[in-house]
Amino acid sequence: MKFGIVVFPGSNCDHDVYDVLKRNLHQEVQFLWHKNSDLAESEAVVLPGGFSYGDYLRTGAIARFSPIMKEVVRFAKHGRPVIGICNGFQILLETGLLPGAMLRNRRLRFICKFVYLKVENADSTFSCRCRQEQVLKMPIAHNEGNYFLESEKREELIANHQVILRYCDPAGEITEDANPNGSWFNIAGITNRQGNVFGLMPHPERASEGLLGSEDGRLIFHSLIESYS
Amino acid sequence: MAKAKVYVYLKNGILDPQGKATHHILTTMNFDQVKEVRVGKYITLDFSDQLSRQEIEQQTEQICRKLLANPIIEDYNFDIELNSK
Repeated sequence: MKFGIVVFPGSNCDHDVYDVLKRNLHQEVQFLWHKNSDLAESEAVVLPGGFSYGDYLRTGAIARFSPIMKEVVRFAKHGRPVIGICNGFQILLETGLLPGAMLRNRRLRFICKFVYLKVENADSTFSCRCRQEQVLKMPIAHNEGNYFLESEKREELIANHQVILRYCDPAGEITEDANPNGSWFNIAGITNRQGNVFGLMPHPERASEGLLGSEDGRLIFHSLIESYS
Repeated sequence: MAKAKVYVYLKNGILDPQGKATHHILTTMNFDQVKEVRVGKYITLDFSDQLSRQEIEQQTEQICRKLLANPIIEDYNFDIELNSK
């Protein structure tokens, strides 16, 4: 599968994703500069983590107007796969490809640590290699990961099985203590209604090698590759 | 020069941890008559003299809606000042 990783000024997980996809998973990968106006025949697009445009104004608010985002939106509307990790998730929210918005973490801290995630829906394009209710271990590293959704849209998100990952404790229990940032419904990752756009705050690219403390992140990339091959 | 003074702030009912932390400190400083603190942003837009007041209002409205505020979590308002220095 040919992956395109969008590079914004301030992206800093672009090389990590590149490395995992290329070296560990043996995929074709290319960087796509945010000023490009085409996706160079990418079959999947990754919006990586980082601090695009210094997080000025709001996280993702400026990046969404980068020239390449028009193409990313078009690509997504055609049902092609787009994955946004951390800042990439925030950009997808600002773009409107995913519902909701990010608020500051409830305790005002930048949180950088491993967390546990329960696979709420293992039928999605991005989680089909996981078992239903499997507990994954991946790191988070963010200041604005407190997911908010308007109350009138909440039921629909759950009913459509768009919730993919939820913060849980090591035993898989969804508890308030296991919620690092105050996200509504302990949400760590969601898809759009069609299921081809995925945003998640945890970093699967930082958890794809045993040496780094977990290989669970591979399941996310493997799921995507398997779904589209 | 014409200036738009834009205020962007979290909607009522949306948790504002910055405001909460600021409020907490104020109570420890004995400003205990302050009942709530909300932290927002103040943004100024300087327009060229070519535009009428109405045009500036329309453009500012669009700029707020499209970029400066996220309508899911934020509200905004603005004042227009003509002939400001």
